[in-house]
Amino acid sequence: MRKVLSGFVFFLSLPVAALAGPVTQFKLDNGLDVVVIEDHRAPVAVQMMWYRIGAADEPPGHSGIAHFFEHLMFKATDDLKAGEFSDIVEAQGGNDNAFTSWDYTTYYQRVAADRLDLMMKIEADRMRDLQLTDDVVTTERNVILEERNQRVDSDPGSLFSEQTRAAQYLNHPYGIPVIGWRHEIAALNRADAEAFYKTFYAPNNAVLVVAGDVTPEAVRQMAETHYGPVAPTADLPARHRPSEPPQLAERRLTMRDARVSQPFIMRSYLAPKRRSGDQKEAAALLYLAELLGGSGTTSLFARQLQFADPKAVYSYAFYDGTALDSGTFGLGLVPLPDVKPEEAEAAMDKVIADFLASGPDRPAFDRIRTQLRAAEIYGRDDAQGLAQRYGEALSVGLTVQDVQDWPQVLQEVTPEDVMEVARKVLDRRQAVTGWLLTDEEAAQ
Amino acid sequence: MIRRVLTLLFLLAATPLRAEIAIQEVTSPGGIRAWLVEEHGIPFTALEIRFRGGTALDQPGKRGAVNLMTGLIEEGAAEMNAQKFAESRDALAAEFRFNASADSVGVSARMLTENRAKAAELLRLALTVPRFDADAVERVRGQVLSNIRGNAKEPNEIAGQVFNRLAFGDHPYGSSGDGTLDSVAALTRDDIVAAHKAALARDRIYVAAVGDITPADLGALLDQVLGGLPETGAALPGPATVGLTGGITVEPFPTPQAVLLFGHEGIERDDPDYFAAFILNEILGGERFGSRLMRELREKRGLTYGVGTWLADYDQADLVAGQFATASKTVAQSIEILRAEWAKAAEGVTEEELANAKTYLTGAYPLRFDGNGPIANLLVGMQMTGLPIDYPLTRNDKINAVTLEDIRRVGARLFRPQDLRIVVVGQPEGVTSTP
Repeated sequence: MRKVLSGFVFFLSLPVAALAGPVTQFKLDNGLDVVVIEDHRAPVAVQMMWYRIGAADEPPGHSGIAHFFEHLMFKATDDLKAGEFSDIVEAQGGNDNAFTSWDYTTYYQRVAADRLDLMMKIEADRMRDLQLTDDVVTTERNVILEERNQRVDSDPGSLFSEQTRAAQYLNHPYGIPVIGWRHEIAALNRADAEAFYKTFYAPNNAVLVVAGDVTPEAVRQMAETHYGPVAPTADLPARHRPSEPPQLAERRLTMRDARVSQPFIMRSYLAPKRRSGDQKEAAALLYLAELLGGSGTTSLFARQLQFADPKAVYSYAFYDGTALDSGTFGLGLVPLPDVKPEEAEAAMDKVIADFLASGPDRPAFDRIRTQLRAAEIYGRDDAQGLAQRYGEALSVGLTVQDVQDWPQVLQEVTPEDVMEVARKVLDRRQAVTGWLLTDEEAAQ
Repeated sequence: MIRRVLTLLFLLAATPLRAEIAIQEVTSPGGIRAWLVEEHGIPFTALEIRFRGGTALDQPGKRGAVNLMTGLIEEGAAEMNAQKFAESRDALAAEFRFNASADSVGVSARMLTENRAKAAELLRLALTVPRFDADAVERVRGQVLSNIRGNAKEPNEIAGQVFNRLAFGDHPYGSSGDGTLDSVAALTRDDIVAAHKAALARDRIYVAAVGDITPADLGALLDQVLGGLPETGAALPGPATVGLTGGITVEPFPTPQAVLLFGHEGIERDDPDYFAAFILNEILGGERFGSRLMRELREKRGLTYGVGTWLADYDQADLVAGQFATASKTVAQSIEILRAEWAKAAEGVTEEELANAKTYLTGAYPLRFDGNGPIANLLVGMQMTGLPIDYPLTRNDKINAVTLEDIRRVGARLFRPQDLRIVVVGQPEGVTSTP
């Protein structure tokens, strides 16, 4: 069941290889980018509207406004009552939702393919014609404070990742939480929301992705009809965020919370992003994450920290490089109950040091390559997943070509490429290490 | 987070299939039956297997045995230890997932066409000759204990456990299938072997496959993978009596936001009024933004981020239940609204509400059938529920046949505000436990 009705998401999962398939791209005169992905196996279509606006684009002091606005988009327009948007989608048997990240805000509907025209009509309506009132803004602000209560403040793990992320960025707004800091959410008002909307919700700041049982010709015709007349923002500001200075000193933090059941150690390094036309480094980082902590059984962390000389209950590594400004490489573990955090962290660092000295195991490397190739095949089974891949990429400055090249780039990565990025990224001087501890540790 | 309480919520969601989806019944030479949809567009097959029984098969004092056993299936088989097994599986890029729920042990597999025979052989070894090596048992036991410790500080989990204990008492449904710190610590390798024999047997198998495979190949695969399992497993537990009484149970927990989990006895899946109940639940607290509870609690008053209700059809019991979270100071107000809506649901719905729910449910049904994995999952669930193979073709007719009078009749029987037990985990202001 859908417990979470409208929310922000974090993409920590692997950017899985994308596929070849009939994908068409075009642009309307008012600047709207359109991508069409054909999958005729079921009479279903997904429409996703990706706005190139996210939490990292918010004016200082107004954290949370991008996500707040995501909620407000379901309120009244000049043509529709509050909530009527979702009522219309549901009356067609469809479902709809939205999510916000640092680099984008996305709205989507999944419907029978012959209802796509109606979806475009109402999505176009709310691109410019929302009619906000103080009452609506106040009630929805309360919903968001409850959302923050539920998803962040009730969960020490979420609070901890908020703190470590803030420590990772001295200057870049990737350090603020997508949902916003509580005191800043509480101060958001209608005037802020309207100014934000007027500037950023515009066809020249959006990417429309349609996937499913559709043809590019039909999508173009519908898009011209519904989105074509929507006026662009003439003076759309460029996406220049404050950039991060070089990190020169390791950062560490320790957080204690009575609700923590067992300690958790995490580290994140600033890492290169996927660069348009040059994704080799990002592809190598994906291998690096898989080799170090991808599989709970055969990765280096699993072998060394869970099997050979057990120090951890769980361990992991991930790389997220689909971002406008910079990627993140993360590691972490949950120590065994009788293992002290400093001991667990030292063991993790030893695995990394040994890896940097000896390089990857060739069979392990080849297994990952095979799995990435298979991921491309399995990925074709999910049209919405494909729409997401293209939409996310185009929202952060990548191209359709980049998405289509990605599986091949992944297949061409060599062990030498992996070692090169490993030496570059795995440097504690550009990392944040955090310990989340229970109360007992706090007492010591 | 809710899964524990409700297992079977959407098993019956399904419908007018697109014409080109044809479900075939396949019987293997060895007599194992499966439903198959051939889809040769993408070179892989999604396979879903269920063994009826699940964690409810745990013997007294052995709570957590089936769950721990399930976690160990992939941790070494035949000549391979855990790492060798994982290496072999990953080299084929096959994906296996094993999970234990209250009423079943489930296997979800995806196998590439290019190496399906080898992948199936690995799956056979995992299911039929798992090793349960001592080091693997200790490692996975540690993970389970870690989960149990984590759940003890997670408000949704606490709510589920308190609610299930009140609802089912000593029946296996009354406690977490993970077991307790003590019961899991005490499990021996013999207990795990016994759980394996009890839970994975041929007299309780349900299978669905969707993808790039022919009926003949599927038949051979079924015999290969499942043919070596024992003929019979353990007896299922008896019916569970729902012991919930009306009132409030506060479980104090330091958190800024309270979790509320509520419900009482529900309606059987084969009750003639089941579809009416299903629609009525949809209107009260179903998956749409437009449900009554969503409008009252979220849209009008901003009291919660989300609220849902469901019909939980366990094999041995039925509940109608729901859940939401709200700030400590708004718990009392929210309970008042919840009780009023529960009472209102007993009185029926308007013509417009019924029409909207029907349009939604009948329209949404075919959208579920997209993708090999999702379809296999639906088909195996239908078999476990005992639905006929043509059910997807008739399901929407059954929804459309429900009348206002049907809803009123079932509402009066199903929604009983005086019996509603509300578990509150948190620090609610002005709300205390009642007997």
